[in-house]
Amino acid sequence: MIDNYILAPVFIHLFSAILQLIAWRKTVTQRVISIVGSLMGVILSAQLFSKVYKGGILTMNASNWDSPFGIVFVADLLSTTLVLITSIAALAVSIFSATGISRQRMLYGYFPIFHFLVMGLNGAFLTGDIFNLYVWFEVIIISSFVLMTLGGRKTQLEGAVKYMAMNILASTFFLTGIAILYGITGSLNMADLAIRVKLIENQSLIGITSCFFLIGFGIKSAVFPLYYWLPSSYHTPPSAVAATFGGLLTKVGIYAIIRVFSLIFVPDDFTKNLLMVLAILTIITGSLGALIKINIRRLFSYLIVCHIGFMIGGIAMFTKIALMGTIFYLIHDILVKTNMFLIAGLIRQIRGTMNMASLGGIYAQYPKISLLIAIVLFSLVGIPPLSGFWPKLYLFEASFTNNQYAFAGALIFGSFVTLYTIAKMWSEVFWKDVPESVVVENNFEPMPLFKKTLLVLPIGLLASVTLYVGLNAEVIIILVGKIADQLISTQPYIEAVMGK
Amino acid sequence: MELLLIILIGLLYGSGVYLILRRSMVKLLLGIMLLGSGANLLIFLLGGITKGKPPVIDEKAKLFQDTFADPIPQALILTAIVISFALTAFAIVLLKRVYALVDSDDLDDLNTNEEEDI
Repeated sequence: MIDNYILAPVFIHLFSAILQLIAWRKTVTQRVISIVGSLMGVILSAQLFSKVYKGGILTMNASNWDSPFGIVFVADLLSTTLVLITSIAALAVSIFSATGISRQRMLYGYFPIFHFLVMGLNGAFLTGDIFNLYVWFEVIIISSFVLMTLGGRKTQLEGAVKYMAMNILASTFFLTGIAILYGITGSLNMADLAIRVKLIENQSLIGITSCFFLIGFGIKSAVFPLYYWLPSSYHTPPSAVAATFGGLLTKVGIYAIIRVFSLIFVPDDFTKNLLMVLAILTIITGSLGALIKINIRRLFSYLIVCHIGFMIGGIAMFTKIALMGTIFYLIHDILVKTNMFLIAGLIRQIRGTMNMASLGGIYAQYPKISLLIAIVLFSLVGIPPLSGFWPKLYLFEASFTNNQYAFAGALIFGSFVTLYTIAKMWSEVFWKDVPESVVVENNFEPMPLFKKTLLVLPIGLLASVTLYVGLNAEVIIILVGKIADQLISTQPYIEAVMGK
Repeated sequence: MELLLIILIGLLYGSGVYLILRRSMVKLLLGIMLLGSGANLLIFLLGGITKGKPPVIDEKAKLFQDTFADPIPQALILTAIVISFALTAFAIVLLKRVYALVDSDDLDDLNTNEEEDI
């Protein structure tokens, strides 16, 4: 069904960004536009989601060029779910940024760039054209470069060099893959590619092409052995920026892997085994990195890597149950990881540092905020019945029915290390007293109540969505079941794009 | 013509990878630029090269009567060139700022210890 409404979540962020560019250097106006725009984004994407959930896959042909000739936008359940979750996370970050980002950074255009980034994310989720996906990826990375370097501290720039080099390299790999795929099939439309790739006689050529996509998306989503840029750059920008990056940017890589490897290159045994080995090694190396870190944000960065492995493992098994686990984990991970970095930002406001050795005493001083944070930490660890528990249950079930015992072992190891590191962090940051040698610089206490609310509200917002996902798992399980069905039998997607 | 392009693309990719593996930041940048050019030429080559057949329909005809050059690879390359231009411009400014702050061209010097974090 053709519906131009698909582009609404993309355009709302474009308009917010343009309005903010008009209000250049008027930081109060920009903050209001940002929050209102993000709120509108949530409402529009919720409407898009309910349309797709009730009415099936929607498409839109740009400039009315029929597919496969023009660029097509497709809203299926996976895309719209991710657009909705992204919008919620963006709203939280936007509220947090209103006080969490220094005025200096806002003067140099923090908010417009942030909205361009979210626009790029929504576009990447909704496009149905492989080259258009590349263009949205570039929109995302150029915005993220600016966000990463804005402020220009030495550590920030050091992280940015690594981040920039690896991301441009990933794009080059992706572009090379597109070039070869276009050379083989003569099409760029993903649904058309799905039909044409199956007709190619020399399937080993397709296998090699798929490796280019795997490397490109693998760098972006921080899969072993391509993840090392992530822990050496995500701890450098301000926490609101790190929340956007940690929550959303690696997940768009996962989304691209799911989309390309379910629709165009249906995984054969070689790809499945390769993905499985990568998943296990990602979990193990990510966990080992997390064990030794004493800075909260470096710890979280390694946990991102570790949990990326859970999702890759689900894709590697490629059964309905496994994909349900992966997609449920994706939803959970976007919400929780965004929230974790916002929490790190709040801790920085309260104590002026993120080094666990010089932190402490937050529970005694702010018991209510600590309990709110505890909900998020519990759900990250996967304590039943919170949101981290259900996807792991599905991944376990899938790994036992598919005889992937090594993955089940890695899953247990990864979960255990997550539990251990989070418990260590909780006792160091919240329970322990502040070491006597440390001078506490509390920026949070003297703030007026309104500013305090702006910092705590987004954490509460994301925590309540996490609670909803965890306690209402029945609804989410029905949703991810439908998504997994759409990923395994792609005929409805192809028919929606190409016509019958 | 195809053979020449293949050799050229191979050279661009090879030297690009070699330069990226060096420790110097300037060489990293040059390597990224060479790889980008290689990818653009690869799109051009794999789109199929047709000599002297522009994709323009004759005034009287309604359909193409003959084989013709595929215009899509050129559109793709144009997009990719514009994007890589913006990325390269950003990268040059970033590396210049890093050089001013760190006073070194060596990528190994870009490590602030964990203890110095805030």
